[in-house]
Amino acid sequence: MAYVAIADRDHVLHDPETFIRKYIWSQDHKVIAIQYSVTAIAIGLVALGMSVLMRLQLGFPHAFSLIAPNNYYQFITMHGMIMVIYLLTALFLGGFGNYLIPLMCGARDMVFPYMNMLSYWVYLLAVLVLVAGFFIPGGPTGAGWTLYPPQSVLPGTPGSSWGIIFMLVSLGIFIVAFTMGGLNYVTTVLQARCRGMTLMRMPLSVWGIFMATVLGLLAFPALLVGAVMMTLDSLLGTSFFLPAVVSMGQPPTHSGGSPLLFQHLFWFFGHPEVYIVALPAFGIVSDLLSTHARRHIFGYRMMVWAILAIGCLSFVVWAHHMYVSGMNPYFGFFFATTTLIIAVPTAIKVYNWVLTLWRGDIHLTVPMLFAIGFIFTFVNGGLTGLFLGNVTVDVPLSATYFVVAHFHMVMGVSPILVVFGAIYHWYPKITGRMLNDTLGRIHFWLTFLGTYAIYLPMHYLGILGVPRRYYAFGGTEFLPESVQSVNAAITISALFVAAVQLVFLFNLIWSLSKGKPAGGNPWRATTLEWQTPDTPPKHGNWGPKLPVVHRWAYDYSVPGAKEDFIPQNQPPDALTPAGREQEPAS
Amino acid sequence: MAMAVALLLLVVGTILFHFLSPWWFTPIASNWKMMDDTVNITFVVTGIVFVAVNLFMASAVFLYRHREGQKAQYSPENKKLEWWLTILTSVGVAAMLTPGLFVWAKFVTVPKEASVVEAVGQQWTWSYRFPGRDGVLGTTDAKLITPGNPFGIDPKDPKGADDILVSSQELHLPINKPVKVLLRSKDVNHQFAVAQFRVKMDMVPGMVTYFWLTPTRTGRYDVLCEQLCGLAHFAMRGRVVVDEEKAFQTWLATKPTYAETAARVAGNAEAGRANYAVCSACHGPQAQGNQALNAPKLNSQAGWYLARQLRNFKQGIRGADDRDTYAKQMIPMAATLADDTAINNVIAYIGSLPDERTPATLAGDPERGKSLYTTCAACHGNAGQGVWSTNAPRLAHMSDWYLARQLRNFQQGIRGTHPQDFSGAQMVLMAKILPDERAIDDLLAYVHTLDARAAGPDPLPSRAALERAELPRRGM
Repeated sequence: MAYVAIADRDHVLHDPETFIRKYIWSQDHKVIAIQYSVTAIAIGLVALGMSVLMRLQLGFPHAFSLIAPNNYYQFITMHGMIMVIYLLTALFLGGFGNYLIPLMCGARDMVFPYMNMLSYWVYLLAVLVLVAGFFIPGGPTGAGWTLYPPQSVLPGTPGSSWGIIFMLVSLGIFIVAFTMGGLNYVTTVLQARCRGMTLMRMPLSVWGIFMATVLGLLAFPALLVGAVMMTLDSLLGTSFFLPAVVSMGQPPTHSGGSPLLFQHLFWFFGHPEVYIVALPAFGIVSDLLSTHARRHIFGYRMMVWAILAIGCLSFVVWAHHMYVSGMNPYFGFFFATTTLIIAVPTAIKVYNWVLTLWRGDIHLTVPMLFAIGFIFTFVNGGLTGLFLGNVTVDVPLSATYFVVAHFHMVMGVSPILVVFGAIYHWYPKITGRMLNDTLGRIHFWLTFLGTYAIYLPMHYLGILGVPRRYYAFGGTEFLPESVQSVNAAITISALFVAAVQLVFLFNLIWSLSKGKPAGGNPWRATTLEWQTPDTPPKHGNWGPKLPVVHRWAYDYSVPGAKEDFIPQNQPPDALTPAGREQEPAS
Repeated sequence: MAMAVALLLLVVGTILFHFLSPWWFTPIASNWKMMDDTVNITFVVTGIVFVAVNLFMASAVFLYRHREGQKAQYSPENKKLEWWLTILTSVGVAAMLTPGLFVWAKFVTVPKEASVVEAVGQQWTWSYRFPGRDGVLGTTDAKLITPGNPFGIDPKDPKGADDILVSSQELHLPINKPVKVLLRSKDVNHQFAVAQFRVKMDMVPGMVTYFWLTPTRTGRYDVLCEQLCGLAHFAMRGRVVVDEEKAFQTWLATKPTYAETAARVAGNAEAGRANYAVCSACHGPQAQGNQALNAPKLNSQAGWYLARQLRNFKQGIRGADDRDTYAKQMIPMAATLADDTAINNVIAYIGSLPDERTPATLAGDPERGKSLYTTCAACHGNAGQGVWSTNAPRLAHMSDWYLARQLRNFQQGIRGTHPQDFSGAQMVLMAKILPDERAIDDLLAYVHTLDARAAGPDPLPSRAALERAELPRRGM
């Protein structure tokens, strides 16, 4: 794409003067990124707390009187929704996207800084509406994070009168916030890259975040439409999703609506959403592996094409969530085929990650531990996806603990490990100080091994037929007593994993003032964000002059070079006698 | 180093867990062994990839760990390797997809000779319908659902008259006969799932979904709902019994047709007065109950509930546990009602008695009880009025000491453990929510404050109609 002058403004726009303009109503992408991240992590901790309560009920049924069935179903609903949307989506795109896109592309800021600021404050409003749901009569909705009607709006489900409305309104507000942020990220990547930063020189982090944002912009409208229609069904008595039903013995008040229509809308959003979370993780982990293995990412062009292929295919696989939904079963042929095809580019990414490690110079830093941990959990979760994506194999396993284990491995544990790795990796740039290494290692090992101890046995309970979304078990003949023991063991692992996150939080706060000073480029990395004149980067990022890029993002251990890394903005003449610039892209 | 060892141990540990795990498929009871085969094929293919990728990674982490003087190799691409890996992956994917689609083709092709049965889901119970001699189910409409016509069968459709109705949560199927199970829901999404059958499908209101199977093993199997359907989702239980053909036919013959249930007459209160004479000795002339004799209040209780309990006493479904001494007393008493007409009549008589509120005998904290009642309200109604569609009897205005005892009986498995007592089994799961004695007192103190009339007029067109629907076939 042709170079666009928009990024090359040498004057700094919207210079903040007061404290409030600098840190509260800030238009600086770095401040907004931190605001997004802190908010997302805070609400994520609420969701983590709810998962602890759920696990306590499952592991030690009825031992805690504050967890009644309605609470349990509210916890599973809010836990899922918060983790997927308000934590992972917001953190990867609003947090890392905001921080990394301008810095990695060599821009001074997002192209629409004011809209970027609005995006955060609207996101905060969405979170506040979500939290308000806990304090209204009936509490938040307990319809499951998928919010399937009719049950989400009919009595018999917790929060079916007001909780669901708060949920839908909060989602609507979130989508407004996301759209403002998302348009910004896409435009910035396309229009504001510095001189020399061609698309095929961009770090994979930017590629992943960029593609995820495109997916979000195309997928979230389907959810928005579904949310509006369900709100109308609930408040105004329309019948988009509600057929004639006899609810609690009362004669029908709706007729003709289709519950399956909502499921199609939801999953048309919901499946790309998986990749909205996964693609940034793919991109970021690629950069972590490359930097800490001191080796270029293997097969860069294939990696970019894989991201694009996964992004496109993710829009034609949604109904694999609906194999047993009652839709025409003939759809199964199509969606099983597309779903298994998407495994090919995904597998290529995995191969290229491990091939990046091969013949590397692997520094087992904390970010690297998390990155390798991610490959393990993602391989595991990805492979179980081949069970559930293949329609026939899915049928006996659907709606069991196998599904719970699969999606927690693939889109819970895996992206979260990347989030942690990324925080350990970029914290020095954001704060100027290193996170404590020992605490980081404790955090990694307990999180990595603990989560596997949670989810590995869960798969096997699923094969046995233990159904998900059950508040309690008992009264069945086919489930042996040992199921309860496994559930108790899983709960104990989960408590460990939850507790060790406090170590991480402590580390985050303690290192702010007590961490080792980091310097500008502690990992000796090539990408632009490590080449800023100041650490943390000042407003406008680059001082008086924008960087100029001369090479791809992965010039590690180039033969003949003095150092084992060559920053992207290093001019070729300063290098080697041959001035070699090996890069696959033209 | 630690990382390489950890990866190695995780791979070995995962494989050991896989082979040593006692948790595996339940023994199959249908023709869908092919589904298990596709799962096993997928385990083999993905297992190989899991081991190969992770061991490769572990060896890379070990071999290329940073040491002094180490330098990474620079070779950004290897087209040949990348293509080979892509092709190999595609072959692996095809090896899983092909058998999967092959079996799915069987799933979507229902055998011509398959018989039909309908399973109906509602919050939080099941019922079933067989076509009669004509082999065709009558048309239904949610708008026609009433207590007297719980399936919503169109009375104008002649094909519906001979439909055989199973109001129990237990379905019988004949062995080795293919059957197409049509699925319908009255209220929200449910899912009909039997682990041993492998196949399952959602029930969606407003449409009819299906799956088919051939049962291959006699026995009784739990039916679970596996689509979140509200508060009591986890307690929605049913049962499928696979019988030999003869036993199946015998069972089916005990079930009434739609025409038979529609033709039943309501009980006669005047005729019931004589029957009630026996009852009044303990329950009192106004059916107001008598704590000294451990006889609960009956008046204002839903007739369909009283009828079900009387039948349960007669059949030994209630009072099956020796510790349930008061229920045991009721067994000979219920036996004095010779037939369903007598049951119907005595219930009609109780229904004619005036409703008087009983004094509270428990001193609990109604404020705390209010929050505990949230769970109960899902079935029993916000005002404790009882809801016919959820099989939940009235709680408001009833004897609190009696309710307390029943809750304890459910908690201890004294009531609700007979295999035919499906509603009781639900209460066994639900009663466990109350953590202690005080919770029971608090809950019932709150229930005592409820006014069943606050729920508004009973939506039932006629209470007697419901009783008709519950009766078994005449003469059996």
